Amino acid sequence: MQQSAEPKNPVTRPERVSLFVTCLVDLLFPEVAEATVLLLRDLGVVVDFPDAQTCCGQPAYNSGSPDHARHVARTLLDAFEGAGAVVSPSGSCAAMVRNHFPRLFGGTRDETRARDLAARTYELSGFLVDVLGIDRLAGSFPARVTYHDSCHGLRELNLSGQGRKLLAGIEGLELVEMARPEQCCGFGGTFSIRLPEMATAMADDKLEQASATGADVLVGGDAGCLMHLGGRASREGMRLQPMHLAVLLAEARGLMSPGAAR
Amino acid sequence: MTTDPARSRGHAATTFEQRARIGLQTPGLAAALGRAMDQRALQRVQAFAETDEPAMRAAGEAIRAHTVANLDRYLERFAEEAAERGTKVVFAETAAEAVGYVQQVLRDHGARLVAKTKSMVSEEIGLNPALASAGVEVIETDLGEYIVQLAHEAPAHITTPAVHKTRGQIRDLFNRVHGVELSDDPTELTRFARGVLREKFLAAEVGITGVNFAVAESGSLAIVTNEGNARMCASLPRVHIALMGMERIVPSFRELSLMLPLLTASAAGLGVTAYFTFVNGPRRPEEPDGPDEVHVVVIDNGRSAILGGEFHSILHCIRCGACLNVCPVFRQVGGHAYGAVYGGPIGAVLAPLLDGFEAAGDLPHASSLCIACTEVCPVNIPLHGHLRGLRREITRSRATRAERLAFAWWGCLWGGVRAYRWSARLARMGQWPLVRRRRIRRAPFPLSRWTSARDMPALARGSFRERWRRTEGRGK
Repeated sequence: MQQSAEPKNPVTRPERVSLFVTCLVDLLFPEVAEATVLLLRDLGVVVDFPDAQTCCGQPAYNSGSPDHARHVARTLLDAFEGAGAVVSPSGSCAAMVRNHFPRLFGGTRDETRARDLAARTYELSGFLVDVLGIDRLAGSFPARVTYHDSCHGLRELNLSGQGRKLLAGIEGLELVEMARPEQCCGFGGTFSIRLPEMATAMADDKLEQASATGADVLVGGDAGCLMHLGGRASREGMRLQPMHLAVLLAEARGLMSPGAAR
Repeated sequence: MTTDPARSRGHAATTFEQRARIGLQTPGLAAALGRAMDQRALQRVQAFAETDEPAMRAAGEAIRAHTVANLDRYLERFAEEAAERGTKVVFAETAAEAVGYVQQVLRDHGARLVAKTKSMVSEEIGLNPALASAGVEVIETDLGEYIVQLAHEAPAHITTPAVHKTRGQIRDLFNRVHGVELSDDPTELTRFARGVLREKFLAAEVGITGVNFAVAESGSLAIVTNEGNARMCASLPRVHIALMGMERIVPSFRELSLMLPLLTASAAGLGVTAYFTFVNGPRRPEEPDGPDEVHVVVIDNGRSAILGGEFHSILHCIRCGACLNVCPVFRQVGGHAYGAVYGGPIGAVLAPLLDGFEAAGDLPHASSLCIACTEVCPVNIPLHGHLRGLRREITRSRATRAERLAFAWWGCLWGGVRAYRWSARLARMGQWPLVRRRRIRRAPFPLSRWTSARDMPALARGSFRERWRRTEGRGK
């Protein structure tokens, strides 16, 4: 079901955005957020970081505990109140706000705020391509790369061409598509802990397709998928390196030195 | 009737996780399923390539929504029209009632041999075991279903019941059961099965079929097959019994002309299947052949309780199996892991609703909520939304204390940024004995559920927000 896509022709190009960092990136992959900030600034956008945000509530929401989800998700409504566009380096968390907040807060006193935030929340690659109108990014990243379409970005925000478009202009980067790039990697949030063997089998399936391309780097737009795939690849001693799109682009543009993370 | 289909399948005794483990450890299963699923998914895309798929699906959705919303009216019309043409229509509220009626008809005719087509609702009511214990031989005449019947298994897929079997396994099965020496050549195997089944068709006193759509305006039944076996079952034996879930109805042939291609394209990647069989009642005096009696058993078996509720649209399902063919969980283990009549995403929604939360309450969690199912559903059922909704209902009544506590704590801590920050600091302190080179390879429960097969990244030395505060001042 195709739900709300990112608007194609924004009236004005936002000069200032707020970063929705997501809990996973904040605590485990801060380099992804730093890369996002560096990238946006490099493109002439001022970035704010409202500190009151914690988590979009998706783990509880998808586990069947919407009340707890709402309680936590409200931190986002408070944090981004009155801000302009909100940008997140995660398709899944952006989709949670964009597509599910109106329902999660439906019938509560926060419904209007939730709808307002939903309408101005964007995933990073969608924001760069569809809102800022960037067709091509210059940079250099000599590597063979394959792209994993994370489910929620793909199916809830219609993201798939945007990330690839941003990679297309990077010098030295060879994008090789794997078989079934749109198949779930098996992360699925709490799914990966509820059914670890299933999740691992799904990761192995994905890693096998990715490796078959001969790629050095598996790039994606969601830290959750990359944590799951990277964790499995590292356990299996695989050469394939998972990398967030933001980090790859920041490195390619010389905004971040390779491995400077953490 | 003592048959409880849910229990006889090992529901409740085992969990999805345990059953899936068997599938995951079966060599070659995921690869075989994957090939079959990919082929089906590709054929589906090709079948819709020349059509306006979104428009077709929207129309299909509207037809199903309208029909199910007016189900009482259409069922009544169907029963009247069918009766007028000499078909006997009975309504069975429970599985036991449905089975009881079939047994009664068989007794009335002294039937010992039944030729049967694939019918998921017959699985639902546990028909075959019940008839077997009454001493009636039932022969499944769909090739795939015949194979799983010989193997004493349940169908592993809604439309391709033997999808989990390789042709080598099928050869071995035929050779063992029939004492023959066939090769694994599909044509040879099919020809052999055909020979066996042909004799049964001719000898059977009663034919039992499922129903894909019942047409209200004319009391007709539409049955779709690729092997023509429904035509044989519905015309060769003297008595034809058709089983249908009560929602399996369309108002008229006009709607059927859309629903049939929608079904065949979604199920088999075909604009038309090899056979569409229409049954308009028993043989009329001027007709050369056909059964003397046609019985239609309209089965509720828990469906009324779904009507009008949150999960109501699951009754729009036309059983095409497209959601199974794209499901990344299903492709690893097949249908048996679900331990229910229906597997895959549709099964994970239906089983808890039909069999109860106690029996199938873990199935809605057998999904990563990747939305691939919803993306292909020909009648736009929000399958992933229903899975999430069922998780909520099941959590309400059945969540473990540990899970309740975990989310309550999480909600408390992360409901405000101060406690969030402290919880992160504490976790960072707590993790140090586990961290080696920024990774955690072994951790205590529940994190062991992650680290048993995957490394976990350690919490970063400084969170992003701490770094931001240091470099950008106090933020906002």
